[in-house]
Amino acid sequence: MTTVDEAGAVVGRKGLDWRRVVARHGWTIGVYVLLVLLIIGYIWALAPVTFTSFDLNTIAIGGLPLAFAAMAQSVIVISGGIDLSLGVMVAVINVLAASLMENKSFGIALLIAVGLMVVGVIMGTINGGLIVLTGVPDIVVTLAMSFVWGGVALLIMRTPGGGAPGDFQALGTGAFLSSWIPAGAVIIAIVLLAVWMPIRWRRPGFAIYGIGSERARAYLSGVNVSVTRVLAYSIGGFFAAMGGLAATATTGIGTPYAGNFITLNSVAAVVLGGVSLAGGKGGLVGPVAAAFCLILVPSIMVFQGIDPNYGQVIQGALIVIVVMIGGLVLLRERR
Amino acid sequence: MSTAATTPDEELEPRPNRAQAAVGWVIDRPLIMLSVILVLLLIACEVYSPGYLSANRIGTILQFSAPLAFLAAGQTLVMLTAGIDLSVAATATAAAYIMAGQASRGTTVALLIALLVGLVVGLVNGIGVGVFRVNPLIMTLGMASIVAGYLTVSAQSFVTGVPLVPDFVRELAVGDLIGSFIPKSLLLWAPVAALILLGLRYSGYGRMLYAVGDNPIACRLAGVRVWQVLLLTYVLCSLLAAVGGVLYVGVINAADLQLVTPYLLPSVAAVVIGGTSIFGGVGGYSGTILGAIILVVLDSLLTLLDTSQAVKQIIYGSIILLLAWLYATSTKRV
Repeated sequence: MTTVDEAGAVVGRKGLDWRRVVARHGWTIGVYVLLVLLIIGYIWALAPVTFTSFDLNTIAIGGLPLAFAAMAQSVIVISGGIDLSLGVMVAVINVLAASLMENKSFGIALLIAVGLMVVGVIMGTINGGLIVLTGVPDIVVTLAMSFVWGGVALLIMRTPGGGAPGDFQALGTGAFLSSWIPAGAVIIAIVLLAVWMPIRWRRPGFAIYGIGSERARAYLSGVNVSVTRVLAYSIGGFFAAMGGLAATATTGIGTPYAGNFITLNSVAAVVLGGVSLAGGKGGLVGPVAAAFCLILVPSIMVFQGIDPNYGQVIQGALIVIVVMIGGLVLLRERR
Repeated sequence: MSTAATTPDEELEPRPNRAQAAVGWVIDRPLIMLSVILVLLLIACEVYSPGYLSANRIGTILQFSAPLAFLAAGQTLVMLTAGIDLSVAATATAAAYIMAGQASRGTTVALLIALLVGLVVGLVNGIGVGVFRVNPLIMTLGMASIVAGYLTVSAQSFVTGVPLVPDFVRELAVGDLIGSFIPKSLLLWAPVAALILLGLRYSGYGRMLYAVGDNPIACRLAGVRVWQVLLLTYVLCSLLAAVGGVLYVGVINAADLQLVTPYLLPSVAAVVIGGTSIFGGVGGYSGTILGAIILVVLDSLLTLLDTSQAVKQIIYGSIILLLAWLYATSTKRV
């Protein structure tokens, strides 16, 4: 039950109104249900081999870079933009990390990681800055930038290679406290709570949601639209850097070509995760689960002895069907 | 130039001087700007490698531009409705691959099968976007992954007999007409281009395309069946992509599962450089043709420069961005 004051704002709630929670977060809950179903499918596909913590870690490791990329894309899409160079940015950070960290100690690797987070923010700021400065649509600028960043990645490393210290890799591949808690999942939770939540529930976060849903109204309410747009891309750049570092930690090498795969799947994860491509709606928690869903489908295929390329078919069909259902739900709600 | 003629409206604004008026006149005609850019690129090629420009070379440029121009033609139609089709490359690859695989059944059958591939993909895209209102980006992205995945899985079953590129297709893609500077692909490209250019301008469908791109809600309220326009557009786009794929496999003379994939982003870039707005309702095919040729010449210039793939990509991306910027600033002025 909620009480509403004269202005229509929710002033307090007694207990939890489940209907309200479902109405607001129904999509996210749905994605997590899908994720659980897919993990059950994974366990079933794995039989007669029993599902151990090792398998759980495998899932976490496989989805980690995409989960960060999905978070990055979410922030940008919520602000009303889209970044088609995101995956390539992940690749740039990935190859930078792998070439700089090779044969370094853990401490230095961590310093490099912090430096690369700054690099990611700078790259995101360049993307956002160019969009605002040129006045060219987001999709076109980031499309062009995907060539540029792709070239940069190739400049740094022409063929897959490099390395990272074992302790650093453990951040992505290891476990935390119990072997059933993958370190990667913990890092995602930390980043969500320590980086995104403080932004989300303060002025910049509201501004990002504001310019995504009603740019003109946000402007009239005193939001600096240009700065907020760039900010969204900068935050996206930070998450992209996390994705690149995660790729280095989980694979132990740098791969300059992996970019476009991540870009397309990050868009897919965002949509599957309940973020509206029109902007202003959704969060980061859903897309993270969606990223793992997208990674799980091909693995289940492999265990079933089905050609993993069918995974691509099913991924595509999954995205399209989910969005169609979402559209139909929206249509019914409007009536 | 119309500097002398002043209507009451124009008198309200400060009258531009002659130079400003000239700049404005050029900017109003994007084709002139694009042609200038194309000529500059060609001159750069000639300066960098004397003897570059020849009748033969122009033929080659057109020959390589044709497949991209077909892909970008479909992309133009879709973008005029404020959509985007990210499945063109997958469709083109599938059409080309399956055509080559079925070549033993006779050229006509193989070509019809290629078109059928385009038709099916286009219908699904069109139904998704037109009827179910799925965001075009997502619909075509999903479709691209379905088509590419299915092609990879069933690659073997699509091949009956020895896969080969039929002589007819090969001849059409790389053959020459009179002299050596008019490629035979123009025989296909020119009529299709004329049809698109005239169709966009004079046919009811063409006008509807701009209207839907400009304001779909107004169109619906005016009684336009928007879903039919969208369905037809996505079908046409995929058919054009299929033809582009067939031409491309003719140029390359070998089909593989990633054949046309590198052309996906250039197909969007050619349309954008050509002045078609990604928000729909503004633009046309003439700009796209020049855009496609510019991209091909740019690519050949970068090859001449003999730099690494990395530097090539960086320059390529920067120039696309620069051209898009020129457009944005020039249209804002008007």
